[in-house]
Amino acid sequence: MRPFTYERADSVDDAVALHGEQTRYLGGGTNLVDLMRLGVEQPDRLVDVTRLPYDQITVAPDGGLLIGATVRNSDLAVSWSVRQTHPLLSQAVLAGASGQIRNQATVGGNLLQRTRCSYFQDITKPCNKRDPGSGCPARKGENHNMAIFGHSTACVATHPSDMAVALAALDASVHVHSREGKRVLPLSDFYRFPKDDPSRDTVLKPGELITEVEVPPLGMPSSYRKVRERASFAFALVSIAGALKVEDGVVQDCRIALGGVAHKPWRAHRAEEMLRGVAATKENYLRAADAELESAHPLRENGYKIPLARNLIVRTMLSLGEGA
Amino acid sequence: MTSLERVEARDKVTGRARYAFEYPVEGAAYLMGVQAAVGRAEIASVDHEAALALPGVLAVLSCENAPEIAEVDDPELLVFQSRKVSYRGQFVAAVVAETWETAQEAARLVRITYADERRPDVRLSADHPGLYEPEEANGGFPAVSELGDPDAAFATAAVQIDATYTTPAQHNNPMEPHATVAAWEGDDLTVYDSNQGASTVQGTLAKIFKLEPAQVRVVSPHVGGGFGSKGTPRPNVVLAAMAARAAGRPVKLAVTRQQMFATTGYRTPTIQRVRLGADADGRLTAILHEVVSQSSTLREFAEQAAVPSRVMYRASNRRTAHRLTRLDVPTPSWMRAPGETPGMFALESAMDELAYTLGVDPVELRVRNEPERDPEQDIPFSSRNLVACLRKGAEHFGWADRDPTPAIRRRGRKLVGTGVAAATYPANRMPNKATARADADGTFTIRIAAADIGTGSRTALTLVAAETLKADPAQVTVELGDSALPRASLAGGSTGTASWSTAVVRACEALLDELDGEIPPEGVEATADTAEEIKSEPEYSRHAFGAHFAEAEVDIDTGEVRIPRMFGVFAAGRIISPTTAHSQFVGGMVMGIGMALMEQSVMDAEFGDYLTHDLAQYHVPACADVADVQATWIDEEDQHLNPMGVKGIGEIGIVGAAAAVANAVHHATGVRVRDLPITPAHLLPDF
Repeated sequence: MRPFTYERADSVDDAVALHGEQTRYLGGGTNLVDLMRLGVEQPDRLVDVTRLPYDQITVAPDGGLLIGATVRNSDLAVSWSVRQTHPLLSQAVLAGASGQIRNQATVGGNLLQRTRCSYFQDITKPCNKRDPGSGCPARKGENHNMAIFGHSTACVATHPSDMAVALAALDASVHVHSREGKRVLPLSDFYRFPKDDPSRDTVLKPGELITEVEVPPLGMPSSYRKVRERASFAFALVSIAGALKVEDGVVQDCRIALGGVAHKPWRAHRAEEMLRGVAATKENYLRAADAELESAHPLRENGYKIPLARNLIVRTMLSLGEGA
Repeated sequence: MTSLERVEARDKVTGRARYAFEYPVEGAAYLMGVQAAVGRAEIASVDHEAALALPGVLAVLSCENAPEIAEVDDPELLVFQSRKVSYRGQFVAAVVAETWETAQEAARLVRITYADERRPDVRLSADHPGLYEPEEANGGFPAVSELGDPDAAFATAAVQIDATYTTPAQHNNPMEPHATVAAWEGDDLTVYDSNQGASTVQGTLAKIFKLEPAQVRVVSPHVGGGFGSKGTPRPNVVLAAMAARAAGRPVKLAVTRQQMFATTGYRTPTIQRVRLGADADGRLTAILHEVVSQSSTLREFAEQAAVPSRVMYRASNRRTAHRLTRLDVPTPSWMRAPGETPGMFALESAMDELAYTLGVDPVELRVRNEPERDPEQDIPFSSRNLVACLRKGAEHFGWADRDPTPAIRRRGRKLVGTGVAAATYPANRMPNKATARADADGTFTIRIAAADIGTGSRTALTLVAAETLKADPAQVTVELGDSALPRASLAGGSTGTASWSTAVVRACEALLDELDGEIPPEGVEATADTAEEIKSEPEYSRHAFGAHFAEAEVDIDTGEVRIPRMFGVFAAGRIISPTTAHSQFVGGMVMGIGMALMEQSVMDAEFGDYLTHDLAQYHVPACADVADVQATWIDEEDQHLNPMGVKGIGEIGIVGAAAAVANAVHHATGVRVRDLPITPAHLLPDF
């Protein structure tokens, strides 16, 4: 790997001041260090932000959460408050990686994971995300686990995070700091579609540092489910973060976000809109799922994700409805 | 036999057991291989300059400057001797540097210019124009066998199964990557190396570097798995020795996990057509098993996948055949039970299809077709207890209550089914030498260059020696994993324990003959060589057999398959070391679950390499995939094997396991998946 310097920031100001052109903030390093070994990432400076004072989860009086960016994934998952108020978030984090990796990985780092697309990870091959303009061999190549929504001719990769899918369903927002100050980005706007510039996963500007994630209260049953070929330690084929509020047999509110299907967590707005105010029945869930999946564009090898996503939406809504 | 915990267990769990890369060699430099980034080309030039300019870089090797080495049978080992790129990922240069990190960075700076680059031909198909019939399949088997008139018998059979099964390329992926530390002292070479046979590596290195075997020492006391991929020397061992000489320093090389997917062997993908003809009672009249597989342009390797069909079932009309094609791919090689593992997936799936078509219980169908003699060679089996394994497994698993109707059992949102499949693996022996030594303090030392790749062979040989010497195992020390010890065959083909224990028993017997009262202070030593004994074996068909029973749960909504329980019964001669034997069986079965449900190396048709090249992409079972997996065995007394009566157990655990899972998935869902692995994508559209 290329030589680089390592700095440890003691404050946010410190961290953003240390950020230069080829700098990467270092959280748990569970993805960044791998990518450096592969030559995909070649920073000349790492700024370790794990000592910043953002390692707490604060519960607001209304049940909302403020999660520090350096909170370890394991701590987030086992937090009693999170499990009580936002169980889908805890379940999503536990569905990711392994115990050892979750102990190391941070919330901020989890959000900024790069795709596991094998072309992206192999520097001997073209990839528009890694090397803009070089091409996307995944589009016509091995794509059984690539996107079905929102992909472009430039990129068909998926975002790998489970946690981000839950946060998308929860209408979370991301607090970021830079030398210019602080801004708050809704998670729905935080991630980008690849369009013609897949090199950027998010709308973060160079040097911007995630400090906190804000999660509004939920107030309805929720769950996260991840489908994969093996029982643990695998990225999702498709995953779903769902929440549902049913009163008198009618859907009052619902949230549906899908993972493993797009360049960003896919919030199923269309399905949600169709479900609000209608009877909580399997037929309605199916109609909503099918309507959502109308905009899917499967590639040669990933058409199975459509029935899989449909089944997941219907089954998740049914299970949450039964629990109500 | 008495049970004994793994003798080196404490060393392993406390980190005292030393693996190849860990040997502290003074002044060691680090070596990193550079892989071809094209699939088929000539190397026009290799520019070392930028790499050499990096501080800390000691040497760069490639076809531009590599010393000439001698030819050996395996062209994969002839590193940098040619300008031809035979497959993407082939080692085409290497960098030696003061640190591993510097070597890694410098490797990226080596500039290789290719000429005559052509799109690699990497896609195996049943109609590939290059298909041909090899003379032999791996293991020295004839590529084709035929008895009676199989086509006519199949055409007129009352019941016919004609199905094509495919298995993907699979990579061995032992926990410890291939690694070598090489150090020269004048013309004497010492390597600390991770392999399945120190004597084999010694012989190959001596040939390649034109040395006497005595000038080469290979030290490998602990090896973190091989599954066949370390059965033959790999380029790493040649590279390390070549680079150490070039740099004038000892050199350490650990092949990276990513590199292993191109450079250390794998199991070929297979396309297998199986035709079974039977009468209305399910008695087989025709067995046809035809296999298509791939090899590289460098060397022929023909996976003997149809060979198990030569011994499994009775039928008067039969044909087995192998064809292969040479692609621009790395050379496939041994992976746990080469031949039997993919072959028995096909045959045992077809048997299940036949049972289902006939309405005959799949256990009974197999019992009904049990041969009395080896059905192709027409010689007696030394022992054969397949039926006993099936019966014992069926009883333990609760098979009698099974309703054969598919897709009718539910457990919540899951469909549940059970499946059975048989297993077989040959019991062979190789010649070996060993010494046994008695010392005046009452201890015994056994010396043999055998390998313990985690299988428990050190423990088994300790027990064998103790029994022969009528000594307490605590008095016996087995020294192995060093080519300076008496020459031994490798840990492969499930021949290890049978072959090594023959030599150990004979050495111990010779020692007992020499022991006469008081042991003198200088000790007493006896040596054995089993070459003659093995040459004069009477003609028997020697095989282990087994039966797998699996339960599958298939999620109705997602097509996810999980295996809540699996039970294996094996008849493999005498079991020497129950603790480690159990691990071998269970480990094989778990690997079979992986083969059935997830293991798959995906070839990129455009670039010509295996895209899956780390363990995040190449999935093997995680602990959560391994629920209730149990193995047991039938004690066989077989007088026609070897002094200990053992058949070898390293491979049979995986054989047939994937078919048992696939058959259970069919029973659960009604969907017959003939193309491994069985992923949700196969099962979803049908719900």
